Amino acid sequence: MTSAPSGTRAVHAYLLLLPAFVLLVAFTHYPAVSTLIDSFFSTPKGARPGVWVGLENYAVMAGDPVFWKALQNNAWFALATIPLSISLALVMALWVNERIAGRGFLRMAYFTPTVLPMIAVANIWLFFYTPGYGLLEQITGLFGAPSQNWLGDQRTALGAITVVAVWKEAGFFMIFYLAALQSLNPSLREAAAIEGASRWYFFKRVQWPLLMPTTLFVMVNAVINAVRMIDHVVVLTRGGPDNASTLLLYHLYEVGFKYWDTGYAAALTVVLLLVLASVALFQFFVLDRKVHYK
Amino acid sequence: MTPTTNRLVYNDPGWIDTLAAWVLALLWILPLAYAVWTAFHPSEYSTRFELLAPLTLDNFERAWAAAPFARYFLNTTLLVAMILAFQLVLSTLAAYAFARYEFMGKNVLFALVLVQLMIMPDVLLVANYKTMATLGLVDTLWAIGLPYFASAFAIFLLRQTFMGIPKELDEAARVEGASALQILWRVYVPLARPVYTAFALVSVSFHWNNFLWPVIITNSVSARPLTVGLQVFSSTDQGIDWSIITAATLMTSAPLLIGFLLFQRQFVQSFMRAGIK
Repeated sequence: MTSAPSGTRAVHAYLLLLPAFVLLVAFTHYPAVSTLIDSFFSTPKGARPGVWVGLENYAVMAGDPVFWKALQNNAWFALATIPLSISLALVMALWVNERIAGRGFLRMAYFTPTVLPMIAVANIWLFFYTPGYGLLEQITGLFGAPSQNWLGDQRTALGAITVVAVWKEAGFFMIFYLAALQSLNPSLREAAAIEGASRWYFFKRVQWPLLMPTTLFVMVNAVINAVRMIDHVVVLTRGGPDNASTLLLYHLYEVGFKYWDTGYAAALTVVLLLVLASVALFQFFVLDRKVHYK
Repeated sequence: MTPTTNRLVYNDPGWIDTLAAWVLALLWILPLAYAVWTAFHPSEYSTRFELLAPLTLDNFERAWAAAPFARYFLNTTLLVAMILAFQLVLSTLAAYAFARYEFMGKNVLFALVLVQLMIMPDVLLVANYKTMATLGLVDTLWAIGLPYFASAFAIFLLRQTFMGIPKELDEAARVEGASALQILWRVYVPLARPVYTAFALVSVSFHWNNFLWPVIITNSVSARPLTVGLQVFSSTDQGIDWSIITAATLMTSAPLLIGFLLFQRQFVQSFMRAGIK
């Protein structure tokens, strides 16, 4: 760095950063802060601006049964999609990493849902679940099962939503496992084979521990997805029946853009941001300290 | 057993694994296969499966005529291209600064970039809507794209790549009198090409499929992308004509799906590359 004095170089650096930062501040940092502030104000009505209401929006939230339902649903949704999609992704990756018959086709089949628009495939799933003549009904009908309205029944709506989410993201996570498996040293495998280790033992003692960074990376992504995936809810159930399948972000969307209660919506956003921030802090302080990425 | 056969046992899964893998794969493409069946057959066959049912393109024609899909395609194409162009330029400049310059507050600024990896525009809907209203941009393609132009993910990815490029190349170009931007353009950008491809594929598939923010910020045909157009079309216009809806669904997904099938290897490798930190 001989040509320019360090002061000039610093100015160059700031100029290089400027365009990206203007947009980052305008659409990430500023809205995050303004949301927090808005959450302490009432919703503006017409020309009247919102007034300071302190924690009232949060009190409304505490008394909003739909919020608690959404929170509970979201917890179940996360608890189901995260382990299911991760374990399926791992199994898929282990399969297509071997010389299995039809490997190319299998890999394509697993990965295809990832590239399709959720909004589009949700329409297909809607047809799939339709009572009376949907494909699922036709299959269960063959076994003499009674007709079931999967999306219209409070007991099954959330489960139906969960299945679609797992189907959509398992293939995506498979890719990361596959990348990690392919980067493992092949001599580990040979050493294990010479020792006469079983396939399961080899997985448990060699592959699984070495895949740990990938598992944690995928897990963070799965948590984020559990918060932000709601396109399929819009198509399949709109949160119903009777809020049985509503999720936090979907509730926020309804409060903010159907009822236009922006003060309360800001408070709901703050809750979502807190969830995401705690995931970030967990990743930063716990995972990155314990796991050594290459 | 000799070690060699043992290794083969490891590499060749038994019939149970093969069978299970195939069953899962067939389940995984079943929804798509079902949609293809319904879209290419007359509606009376949409729930009846007969091998010799007549094929037709009629559903696609009717879907195409029933909603302004041509406009939606144009909007999505413009949107995706616009977002990608801005992302590539802005993140290249920022990544170069983070990778090769020393300046005050570098770490703080980089941390501020990384914040966006967790707090995505997808969550800041209400505040960003207000901003767009203030700017008078509601119901435009700019409003859909703006929150995504600066991508923390791209900056992070390119910074890593640029830091891996030997400084000697940089200095050699400098000795020959090249300016900082010329070095960036002639040395760094060409060497990072695989990363650009990887990011481009991930970005295009993300924004082609994005729905929630576009549905909130648009309210007319002139700005709606395909995903929103499809949702409006299938939830209001068509009632329950599944043949048309699945045809429209396939149309919407077709460019990505065909691209994926043609460039499967690049797609998979790009997603891998983008995921490895």
